[in-house]
Amino acid sequence: MGVAPPRPTVGVLALQGAFSNHLSVLAELGVVGRAVRRPDDLEGIDALILPGGESTTMSMLLDSSELRAPLTDLLDRDLPVLGTCAGLILLSSRVDDGRDDQRGFGRLDLRTARNAYGRQNESFESRVELADGRSIPGIFIRAPRIVEVGPEVEVLGALDGVPVLIRQGNAIGCAFHPELTGDATVHRLLIDRIGRSLTTVSDASQED
Amino acid sequence: MSSDVTTGSTPIKRGLAEMLRGGVIMDVVTPDQARVAEDAGACAVMALERVPADIRRDGGVARMSDPEMIEGIQAAVTIPVMAKARIGHFVEAQILQSLGVDFIDESEVLTPADESHHIDKHSFTTPFVCGATNLGEALRRISEGAAMIRSKGEAGTGNIVEAVRHLRSILGDIRRIGQADSAEIYDWAKRLQAPLPLVREIAESGRLPVPLFCAGGIATPADAAMAMQLGAEAVFVGSGIFKSDDPAPRARAIVEATTHFGDPSILAKVSRALGAPMTGIGMDAVTERYSDRGW
Repeated sequence: MGVAPPRPTVGVLALQGAFSNHLSVLAELGVVGRAVRRPDDLEGIDALILPGGESTTMSMLLDSSELRAPLTDLLDRDLPVLGTCAGLILLSSRVDDGRDDQRGFGRLDLRTARNAYGRQNESFESRVELADGRSIPGIFIRAPRIVEVGPEVEVLGALDGVPVLIRQGNAIGCAFHPELTGDATVHRLLIDRIGRSLTTVSDASQED
Repeated sequence: MSSDVTTGSTPIKRGLAEMLRGGVIMDVVTPDQARVAEDAGACAVMALERVPADIRRDGGVARMSDPEMIEGIQAAVTIPVMAKARIGHFVEAQILQSLGVDFIDESEVLTPADESHHIDKHSFTTPFVCGATNLGEALRRISEGAAMIRSKGEAGTGNIVEAVRHLRSILGDIRRIGQADSAEIYDWAKRLQAPLPLVREIAESGRLPVPLFCAGGIATPADAAMAMQLGAEAVFVGSGIFKSDDPAPRARAIVEATTHFGDPSILAKVSRALGAPMTGIGMDAVTERYSDRGW
């Protein structure tokens, strides 16, 4: 897997949504997962997952739980991060059909459209074609559609030519739900980033 | 789309239920209430014409809401919209599916349309949530295709006691089945009147195969947190918000309490100065128990 440190700790934002499903995947990969609800929970994490759920709900709770500032700070220091579905929306620099008061972290240079594949009746399963020629299962639930990617963004997976799995530096965005399929490819991509940013992250945790 | 695409499968239906975990689903009767709920952080809304407290007061036959009213709420918010069909009323469910609601609640709060059959939920693309008072009932609904189970509680009372009874019954039996040996599993299936494969699955996994939410009687942030500490994975709040003195702050406080359910200092903070909760009624004064509906 290319995991540099023994048993890295991955925080999973646990305000609302499918956080426990991500924690189960992390446990299967032998990684320590930690539910993040308060600023203290961020101490010493090596990477972060922003799960699927409702982005409007999470956005409100990020403020009331006093997590927005410390999370912004960690992401600005290039903490490895994976955002799935609603988490992808929170990482995107521009969101169509978002609410005025819904603010994200702008970590990925993307334009995403909320619920652009339709309502639940249009939610679907499909294989996702990876850039390396393999394919993995994808479950898309009221999924956001990536409509524009910036020059720094690498497309790692697509569905009918539309990007659904992308990376920019240490930030990975995913329009579907890898925590529901039993295929840990996407989680491994995140864990692979941990070794590459050790200096940055340990500096950050020393200052906290 | 040119790729091989599947819709309406079990993983897709259960997947939306997974996405609602840790959240609050609020009953709303107008687009304005739906916006208040979304602003307060609701993860979904239940569109209906009357909240359960009013259905209880008015009596008569309670049916599916007017499609125009449901569409008004769909247009008002971006979060998932649920709506209720009567138990066994598969045509109301067909109509709700054609409206594109995100979840159908086959609900005992409405007057049942069939005295022995629930809806065959496998034949729908839209996922269903059903109420249950015990594990057998929950497993029968799952075998019919429910993608989410909620406690029935006693809707419209503002009294959490029945929901607590139902959660304790369901979760207690799941724990006891985890201790059962292979011969006892057959007896459990017989006693619960539930399919053996589902009982086996629970014995192995220690949990229901679909998310278990709490509904029926939640009126305060502490009620929501209690349900979560007992093992519910999210909460429905029906009359408890819009029958209270000041709905918006109460809605928000219940959302925060559901996230931080295990942190009494946060619960104390969010419970302050919310105005009066809905008055509520004791179980002795309840003339018709909705939780007895369903088979």
